[in-house]
Amino acid sequence: MAYAEQAETALLHEPKSFLTRYIWSQDHKVIAIQYSLTAIFVGLIALVLSALMRMQIGFPGSLEFMDASTYYQAMTMHGMIMVIYLLTALFLGGFGNYLIPLMVGSRDMVFPYVNMLSYWFYLLSVIVLLASFFVPGGPTGAGWTLYPPQAITQGSPGTEWGIVLMLVSLAIFIVAATMGGLNYVTTVLQARTHGMTLLRMPLSVWGIFMASILALLAFPALFVSAVMMLFDKLLGTSFFMPAIISMGQALDHQGGSPILFQHLFWFFGHPEVYIVALPAFGLVSDLISTHARKNIFGYRMMVWAIVAIGVLSFVVWAHHMYVSGMNPYFGFFFATTTLVIAVPTALKVYNWVLTLWRGDIHLTVPMLFALAFIVTFLVGGLTGLFLGNVIVDIPLSDTYFVVAHFHMVMGVAPILVVFGAIYHWFPKITGRLLDDRLGKLHFWITFLGTYAIYFPMHYLGFLGMPRRYYAYENYAFIPQSAQDLNAFITVAALIVGVSQLLFLFNLFWSAFRGKPAGSNPWGATSLEWQTPDTPPVHGNWGAKLPVVHRWAYDYSVPGIEQDFVPQTVSDEELGRMRRRAGETQRADAKP
Amino acid sequence: MASHAPTPGEPSPSALSSPAAGWQGIAGDWASDKDAFKQVPWGKAMMWIFLLSDTFVFTCFLTGYMSVRISTTVPWPNPSEVFALTIGGTEIPLILIAIMTFVLISSSGTMAMAVNFAYRRDRRRTAALMLATAAFGLTFVGMQAFEWSKLIAEGVRPWANPMGAAQFGASFFMITGFHGLHVSIGVLYLSIVALKVLRGDYERAGNYQIVEIAGLYWHFVDLVWVFIFAFFYLW
Ligand code: HEM
Ligand SMILES: [Cu+2]
Repeated sequence: MAYAEQAETALLHEPKSFLTRYIWSQDHKVIAIQYSLTAIFVGLIALVLSALMRMQIGFPGSLEFMDASTYYQAMTMHGMIMVIYLLTALFLGGFGNYLIPLMVGSRDMVFPYVNMLSYWFYLLSVIVLLASFFVPGGPTGAGWTLYPPQAITQGSPGTEWGIVLMLVSLAIFIVAATMGGLNYVTTVLQARTHGMTLLRMPLSVWGIFMASILALLAFPALFVSAVMMLFDKLLGTSFFMPAIISMGQALDHQGGSPILFQHLFWFFGHPEVYIVALPAFGLVSDLISTHARKNIFGYRMMVWAIVAIGVLSFVVWAHHMYVSGMNPYFGFFFATTTLVIAVPTALKVYNWVLTLWRGDIHLTVPMLFALAFIVTFLVGGLTGLFLGNVIVDIPLSDTYFVVAHFHMVMGVAPILVVFGAIYHWFPKITGRLLDDRLGKLHFWITFLGTYAIYFPMHYLGFLGMPRRYYAYENYAFIPQSAQDLNAFITVAALIVGVSQLLFLFNLFWSAFRGKPAGSNPWGATSLEWQTPDTPPVHGNWGAKLPVVHRWAYDYSVPGIEQDFVPQTVSDEELGRMRRRAGETQRADAKP
Repeated sequence: MASHAPTPGEPSPSALSSPAAGWQGIAGDWASDKDAFKQVPWGKAMMWIFLLSDTFVFTCFLTGYMSVRISTTVPWPNPSEVFALTIGGTEIPLILIAIMTFVLISSSGTMAMAVNFAYRRDRRRTAALMLATAAFGLTFVGMQAFEWSKLIAEGVRPWANPMGAAQFGASFFMITGFHGLHVSIGVLYLSIVALKVLRGDYERAGNYQIVEIAGLYWHFVDLVWVFIFAFFYLW
């Protein structure tokens, strides 16, 4: 295998100048940071948009410029940015890029040049997306689901340019995600180091690996629907457009199928939920195991659960379409599959809890976020069981119950993991620890704050308060007290939003002034903590690739001085460690 | 590989113990260290995965087309009439498509031969056969351009056509266009690789795998055409 040997010894494409080292870089670590910073930047825009929306709902009329169109535009951009341009990009492009090669012990992704292109396409997609704020008519206000016909007919905001830019941007993003995903999957399959078997990989790698596969198979549906909708919009075809009378005039469309779009969109959209969730599952497993100093409970079960969830996620999509008018028998089928997918998911939650059971739990900032994830995900998952059942979903559909559900399960929960993971891996990326006290403050405000925001929304949903409304005055069925609750939610949302500045400040301050971390501050076992340099340099491993002798979860191992055994330690080495510890013990025992 | 006795708590993957037979053995090989697919170079693995992803793209296109074909209320034009050519006074249905399909399938043959010669390190023949494949591809695209212009001349547009359902033109241009794009990219790709073969780039690197990888892509594009042929022209 000449090709593999070659990669073991030779450092390919050693960067020469500042430009190739930090800008046009092919190093997976630099690309990861580029991806992450860009994603965090757009994420902040989405956060500001959510604050604007909440101002309108909590204190109607308080923002001069806020009208129904602006509200819809803010809502659409907020949702799309959060799901695609923040979370997907951050988990796959950010964490995937940084962690995969380091965790499986390779020097880089298999095709660094393609990897670099992936980032630049991502940046281009972000620019195209943001450009829609500045075109005539503004960004699209079709809702992040972009349902036709309203997405492209007169009357929705942003039908001139906004929707076109949105679709083009999504298509570019998909090209970027494909180039990245091919790299991640191939690297995991074909470029692991000696001794790194599939079932020794940390669960972080498993989660990101499976999510990348889902991305490669789910994004095509979004790509195709974007192309078809662009045709409908620009060429006047009728893929999704039935005969319509709009503003008193019959449109030139006839015979298309709006439901087809919904099927294509959710064939992508549901796996997308897991593209965001599976990396979070993986990362949080490693956080919990490391900070509870305990091996992950049921490692193999965890791996199979990830795989099973990945497979099942392709057969549940129409649970988003119970009220679309599709054949009711579909509802029966999709409700069943939805409940089936809850089984491996629940299994993971049990295993996290069992990992904590009698663990030596260190309440570090990453651990706090990991614990918060478990509770938040549990709440979101349980409301998901409600919504997965047709009869319960129909009255709750399009109410704030749904908003509460998906924010808990795929908004807040993954974001909590993102934070935890950043606090955990920041020392490896920069060589410095994030400030602990700021981190704890940030954690408590974010965690309690998100509950203050989303918990009341469940009740609003039961009251029947519809989602995607710009104003709630003068509806007989919404009691006055709902308005007070909305004001409360808004205040909480603003506090949470502003508190993220703490985090940003912590990031930048600690990157330069933080406490030096050493190479393995958490006493973790996986490969990325065993690099010869911190932060790891180009090529990651110096002259020789690491050799792996064990899985990534040997914590609290008895009989040795440190309480963990890194993956690189062989059994002979472990034996020596045991003897050494025994000698010191005997020496200590002497009076 | 050194022996790894499972440590306590380790799930002791079967790959590490002595080689097992049957399914266990397959699973063990697959999960063993370094690479899941033994002897498969990175580029080839990546191409396979890409093709899997691209399969989903074409599947979605075809499913979309079939679903609008069912949902439209206007009758669908009869493909064998629309795609008929009048040659020597008789109207022959689907004749052009038949020739196009034949050309494309032949190109798969020449491609397979090119891969064969690449493994024998026969630079000249490899390059010649690859260029022949590209030429077949170009012929295909040329005939497709002819077909497009013929239909356009008859008034078929993406948004309407005189023969029936508007979705006919929309699906036709979209699907054959997207496939034609794949063929055109393939022609370019094959030509570049062929020139590099001729120049001896791979001889120096001692590795002709790229020819096989390009071949994979090309066979895939052909295979997709078979499905388009079946679902669009024969239905
Ligand atoms: C403090 C944080 C956040 C606040 C205050 C917030 C607030 C909101 C509000 C007010 C809406 C509009 C609801 C409506 O009118 O129907 C909304 C929609 C949405 N949000 Fe968030 N959000 C936050 C974080 C997130 C995150 C992290 C995600 C990531 C998944 C997310 C995803 C969405 C989606 C997908 C929609 C639906 C958009 C649509 O209906 O088209 N949000 N959010
Ligand atoms: Cu779903």
